[in-house]
Amino acid sequence: MTALLEVRGLRTAFPSASGPLPVVDGVSFDLNRGEVLALVGESGSGKSMSALSAMRLVPKPGRVVAGSVKLDGEELLDLPVTEMRKVRGGRMGMIFQEPMTCLNPVVRVGTQVIEAIQLHEPVSTADARARALELFAEVGIPDPDQRLDAYPHQLSGGLKQRVMIAMALSTRPEILIADEPTTALDVTVQAQILSLLRDLQQRLDAAILLITHDLGIVNELADRVAVMYAGRLVEVADREALLSDPRHPYTQGLLRSIPALATPGEPLPEIAGVVPSPEQWPAGCRFSTRCPKRIERCAADFPEETAPGEGRRVWCHVQDAPATGEGA
Amino acid sequence: MGAYVLRRLGYGVGVALGVLFLLFVLFFTVTAPDDIARKALGEKAPQVAVEQWKANHGYDRPLWPWQDWDDNLLFDHYTKMLTFDFGLSDADDAPIMDRIQAGMGPSLSLTVPLLFLGLIVAIPISLLVAFFRETYIDRMGVFICVLAMSVSTLLYIIGAQFLIGKILRWYPISGFDADPLLLPRFLALPIIVGLMSGIGGDVRFYRTVFLEESARDFVRTARAKGAGEARIMSHHVLRNALIPILTRVVLAIPFLFTGSILLEAFFGIPGLGSITVDAIRANDFSTLRTMVFIGSLLFVLGQLATDLSYGFVDPRVRFE
Amino acid sequence: MMGLAPHMLSNLVVLALLVGLLGLSRWVRRRRIWLESAQAIWQRRRLAIVVIAAYLSIALLDSVAWVGGVPEGVADVLPNQSLSVLDRLFLDTREASYSAPFADFEWTGGEALRHPGSHVLGTDILGRDVLYLALKGARVALLIGGLTSLISIPLALLFGVTAGYFGGRFDDFVFFLISTLASMPGLLLLIALIMALGKGTFSVCLALGVTGWVGFCRLSRAETLKLRELDYVEAARALGVSEVRIIFRHVLPNLAHLIVITFVLTFSALVLSEAVLSWLGIGVDGSWGQMIDGARNELSRDPIIWWNIGAAGAALFGLILAVNSVGDAIRDVLDPRTARTSE
Repeated sequence: MTALLEVRGLRTAFPSASGPLPVVDGVSFDLNRGEVLALVGESGSGKSMSALSAMRLVPKPGRVVAGSVKLDGEELLDLPVTEMRKVRGGRMGMIFQEPMTCLNPVVRVGTQVIEAIQLHEPVSTADARARALELFAEVGIPDPDQRLDAYPHQLSGGLKQRVMIAMALSTRPEILIADEPTTALDVTVQAQILSLLRDLQQRLDAAILLITHDLGIVNELADRVAVMYAGRLVEVADREALLSDPRHPYTQGLLRSIPALATPGEPLPEIAGVVPSPEQWPAGCRFSTRCPKRIERCAADFPEETAPGEGRRVWCHVQDAPATGEGA
Repeated sequence: MGAYVLRRLGYGVGVALGVLFLLFVLFFTVTAPDDIARKALGEKAPQVAVEQWKANHGYDRPLWPWQDWDDNLLFDHYTKMLTFDFGLSDADDAPIMDRIQAGMGPSLSLTVPLLFLGLIVAIPISLLVAFFRETYIDRMGVFICVLAMSVSTLLYIIGAQFLIGKILRWYPISGFDADPLLLPRFLALPIIVGLMSGIGGDVRFYRTVFLEESARDFVRTARAKGAGEARIMSHHVLRNALIPILTRVVLAIPFLFTGSILLEAFFGIPGLGSITVDAIRANDFSTLRTMVFIGSLLFVLGQLATDLSYGFVDPRVRFE
Repeated sequence: MMGLAPHMLSNLVVLALLVGLLGLSRWVRRRRIWLESAQAIWQRRRLAIVVIAAYLSIALLDSVAWVGGVPEGVADVLPNQSLSVLDRLFLDTREASYSAPFADFEWTGGEALRHPGSHVLGTDILGRDVLYLALKGARVALLIGGLTSLISIPLALLFGVTAGYFGGRFDDFVFFLISTLASMPGLLLLIALIMALGKGTFSVCLALGVTGWVGFCRLSRAETLKLRELDYVEAARALGVSEVRIIFRHVLPNLAHLIVITFVLTFSALVLSEAVLSWLGIGVDGSWGQMIDGARNELSRDPIIWWNIGAAGAALFGLILAVNSVGDAIRDVLDPRTARTSE
């Protein structure tokens, strides 16, 4: 059975003084029906840009320069713009990180949800409003009828994000892309939104591409995890497998450095060094500059994709080897 | 909102009083009443005539309130200006208030159409240019704007008078007629010139506003919803851009009254701008004082109107 | 300074300018950010920068002057009159009255010219070569823009930075002052000031400076308010660094790009204002505005006398366009809001 979303060799570049910089550099993954795939990485790893590329929302002057994105077998990157607009919001919805700025401040939130509906279906405004009302209730907004007429600044961050979710789901899309949906929210609100997403996902059986840097969220929501570093994937695995038995040194480093999992009284492990900027990417594995297990060929040869079993994909020369002490 | 309005009003009053003070310092201390009298009567006038002239115009009292708090020029200045008792012109003894009232009509007949036409022409152009941002059209548009802005208004006036008035003979070079049927012919040329000289700066400003609003996050959300570029421009960008645009427009309202000095003088329109120019040429300090005061007053009112208008376009201000 | 002849003052200023320019270029070369910005601006606006350099050179030619060295028999030169390099280039070019460009005969009357065919842009009503007058206007224009900014920018910084940094009553006072001045119609205030101060280059520049500092004052005050809250400024204060030092080492350098942007963008506005002032009769002698004002009536003659106003208008347009163009590029490169990041 083909995956719902098939991304192959996606490359997105931004022009710069030293030539085009591939912020997303040959990324391939599948998103299956009804599953939650978490795309994990630090800032600048290219995870958000990968999602934006799939939606063809890459901000200028960047552009998708290579690769393919197939939604249910249909190639999205070739679609004429008018067709792509039907996909956007209709079959693929997206919610963003900053609910504060993502809603039009001078338009009532109900109107904005109605707009989302009417862009894709020929419904009357009254019907759309009724649908919006239901949606608001579905996402847990209290007093939905009054809230429909509210302006964004009158709502709290959590409520705004619920509005965003309602708006994105109003057309019952096949895929929901959530780009760091809780990063800008308070911790308590975070938990609420996460549980809301989990509920909705189960009820609607939607596929979610969840972009995050927070492994705690990954643990709560994800079925499968894809880890990105400096524009490329380094490891893809089922959640359980990844969290209990990470193969890539970067993933291992990430898991070790979670405070909650650390041993009290001992220094918190960290990944030494900083993420290299695109101009400084080595020819081989991009993590090699900081990798505690690196061997000589790491800096020169980019590791091929290996499949050590159980649906796992790893890009590493050494994988399970013990630390060599050569890195960092 | 009410407390906010009162505070702004209070501050505006304070500023108006401050303006009056500055005016007083400028007009009375930098140029003493003696000098004003001599400018009107001539440098060689005998001191007796000077004193008489000063007495006639109320300049024969001490400047500051040190001796007598209510019999000095400062006190006079404040009371007269605040009660709109503008007195007589230093140049020809005509009542200033009458002149002002006569001049308001012609000034408005020029500046009001100019304001509206300016908006009607500039906003669609800027929308177009912003819509095609980063393309050839955008770059051309910006270049033309910079070009248009770099030409002195004087040259526009002279050029238009020469080309359209003299060579093509479409409209009269200057003049004014209060008859509403004849008026448009006389206003045509100054309005054309006003549009040409202002459009460069206007389009650039509006374009910047539209571009800034287009870069906001909620535009990305709208795109993610599947909205087309045209809809984004008209429904999302324009509505938010109205806030800074409105500020600019409301701020321009006071200047509707004071008229455009250049346009009125060159095109012979007997408005408030003309009065000002005549006052300058004739060293008519009392009229000039009054014109500056009125201008300031209107500006302060304009600021207030701007603050209030925010409440209409920006719901964030409304529900404070 | 009192006993110094005006032309010596001018020569000294030219010297100071050249030394200052040299020092500035050395300083820019040492700091990478400024060097890269300068290179970026040069890339974008080569033609405009060359044009401005041309105007500058002409102005410099007209600023270096000395007495004497005039050959015998030249008319119109007083014994102790100082003449600039530019003056000397056009030394003996006077005619009686109007003549068309490259003409051999006078415009009215048809008498033969003293220097037939040598007036590239014709002559004006007093017989002066129009090209010479147009070139002389460059110095006046640059003086207006430069001298005025020299007055208004430091004034704005003084009030703006101290008001923003120290706050309190002083800030309230400054803000009130700004609001009051800003609400007075600029042109009218300008006119009133000039009428009060008297005519002449310096008073015009002073008046322009005094009416023009408000905008930048507001801007620098707002920026200082933001800068004051920055962590390293707070840290400096906690360490006991004197306030004055903080202002000079931390606040002012961060305003440098705004100073550059403001200077260039207001330059053209100032020159254009002076043109209007000239038309009102209270401008600076020898400016293009004055030429335009004086030549207006010539257009209504038949046949038209166009070269006077054409030359002044073109010269004015050329400088303003170039400055506006470069100003745009400078703002694009230096303004942190519009500058592109590398990602």
